[in-house]
Amino acid sequence: MSLTTPSTVRPLPEVTWGRVRQSRRTADRLMKVTATTFTLLAIFVLFWILGMLVVKGLGGLSAATFTQITPGPGTEGGGLANAIVGSVVLTFLGIVVATPIGVLAGTYLAEYGKGSKLADLIRFINDILLSAPSILIGLFVYVIMVEPFRGYSGWAGGVALGIIAIPVIVRTTEDMLRLVPGPLREAGSALGAPPSVVITSITWRAAKSGMVTGILLALARIAGETAPLIFTALNNNFWFSPNLLGGVSNLPVTIYQFASAPYENWQQLAWAGSLIITVSILVLSIIARRIVRGGK
Amino acid sequence: MVAVTDQFAAPSAPVRKTPKGTFDLIFRNASFLAALFVLVLLAGIMVSMVIGGWPAFSKFGFGFLTSSVWDTQNDQYGAWPAIVGTLSTALIALVVGVPLSLGIAVFLTQLAPPWFKQPVSTAIELLAAVPSIIYGMWGLFVFAPLFAAYVQIPLSNIVEGMPVVGTILYSRSPSGLGILTAGIILAFMIIPFIASITRDMLDQIPSVLRESAYGIGATTWEVVRHVLVPQAGVSIIGAIMLGLGRALGETMAVTFVVGNANRLSGSIMDPGSTIASRIANEFNEALGLQLNSLIALGCILFFVTFVVLVIARILVSRVKSF
Repeated sequence: MSLTTPSTVRPLPEVTWGRVRQSRRTADRLMKVTATTFTLLAIFVLFWILGMLVVKGLGGLSAATFTQITPGPGTEGGGLANAIVGSVVLTFLGIVVATPIGVLAGTYLAEYGKGSKLADLIRFINDILLSAPSILIGLFVYVIMVEPFRGYSGWAGGVALGIIAIPVIVRTTEDMLRLVPGPLREAGSALGAPPSVVITSITWRAAKSGMVTGILLALARIAGETAPLIFTALNNNFWFSPNLLGGVSNLPVTIYQFASAPYENWQQLAWAGSLIITVSILVLSIIARRIVRGGK
Repeated sequence: MVAVTDQFAAPSAPVRKTPKGTFDLIFRNASFLAALFVLVLLAGIMVSMVIGGWPAFSKFGFGFLTSSVWDTQNDQYGAWPAIVGTLSTALIALVVGVPLSLGIAVFLTQLAPPWFKQPVSTAIELLAAVPSIIYGMWGLFVFAPLFAAYVQIPLSNIVEGMPVVGTILYSRSPSGLGILTAGIILAFMIIPFIASITRDMLDQIPSVLRESAYGIGATTWEVVRHVLVPQAGVSIIGAIMLGLGRALGETMAVTFVVGNANRLSGSIMDPGSTIASRIANEFNEALGLQLNSLIALGCILFFVTFVVLVIARILVSRVKSF
């Protein structure tokens, strides 16, 4: 009844397991602090990189960056106009190559190849290509397109980027088509539509936003690729010819060549180019993420 | 009966002529061919690497793997320094990157308050979207000078003259560039991949398991250590192997910071080179046998990453269905 502790209640024998408890608590706290620190460290590095790009890139950014072409060695001034346009052309080429193949292959895996051993194999190989080093794809395209035709070309660059984009599109297309509920397809078939019509006008339509996301992600993936372009599209400081033969200037390789060059305007342009390319890619990936979340 | 069905079938026949049949067939075959194309791609890469590298393999034989000569004057080439560089940078990347990734995954799934989880997840995934060349610039212009001033020089002063450690950690030219720097940069590049797969795996574990462990008084650490990790263990190893696959073939970032020295050194502070950085550096000036040797290097890289990625995918996919 009273608030004072009755003398009959003895305190718990704390001595023996009190220590165990303390060590368990300490381990727990240590783990929590470590996990939180690691997460903050990774976020810190992301913002460090972005901050570096803004600080060093904004200074080099001006109207001339977008209107003038890349300067030759020792030339003053200059911009990145040809590299930016070249990058857009190459990336666009890559997406044009990859989209039909990727979408159709993803459709096969999700719709026609359900449960077949071959489809399982293709899915597995596609996952491997998804993380294959891009430099090997550059070498591959060099062997099949640059060496035989004796010349670097924008076409080879576009194909290399396309090959990198294909597995991304295959994977997202298949995943998105699998989310489409079966009854929708059955309803289409019940109306007498053949499989191709069911797929193109029902399943694809239902999965449209997800498939677009896949293409955007592929775009973000190839826009910053450098290694495969060194062996295929090469780079130079001129406007490329409309037939895309010979070297085609592009941002990533320009950054690579300008970054450690002894000319100050080259370094400035490299930073400006890095800022442009990173911001575009981050915006693309954030848009793609938004679409996915809005679709769900 | 036959007559009746004929009567019904006859008038409808002209209405639906059969171009849809051909479109159906074309569409089906086109998608099948597109899917086959994925297989052709992988086979094509494999064949082109073997054929392109063949002159080097046949000239130097098995010695190509073990020789550390890279002499363009006398046309003698060996892959050993590049192989060692590739493996050691990837190993450092794992040693640094794996604990960070697992910590992040645990934070995201167990510790983060719900409102905080989404933005942090996005930030970690954006680390993967940053192009590799940007990591290279960060490494070369920002990280390397700091690393030289605050780690390499003080550390070299401490370990100088010590046995073993004095070799491994001593930097003869503290420029900030070298195998260790490349490994650290690679670690941050593979974190998003390992962390997001591990996060997904931890999220998939039925919460009943977690709750019953908490119910008998386990701490968060004990739940992670004794319940979650054993459940997701195999796929976490798969995720780590995927990260390894990335680290082995990463090119631009490494080319910027590895120092591109063509010799073996006992110290991880010294410049070295990896297969990918060697190819990126020399390819455009290479002719004849040097070119073949570079493609042969690519061939080695292909088979190593292929094996690593196959194991990774098998481990990751096996657990998906539990």
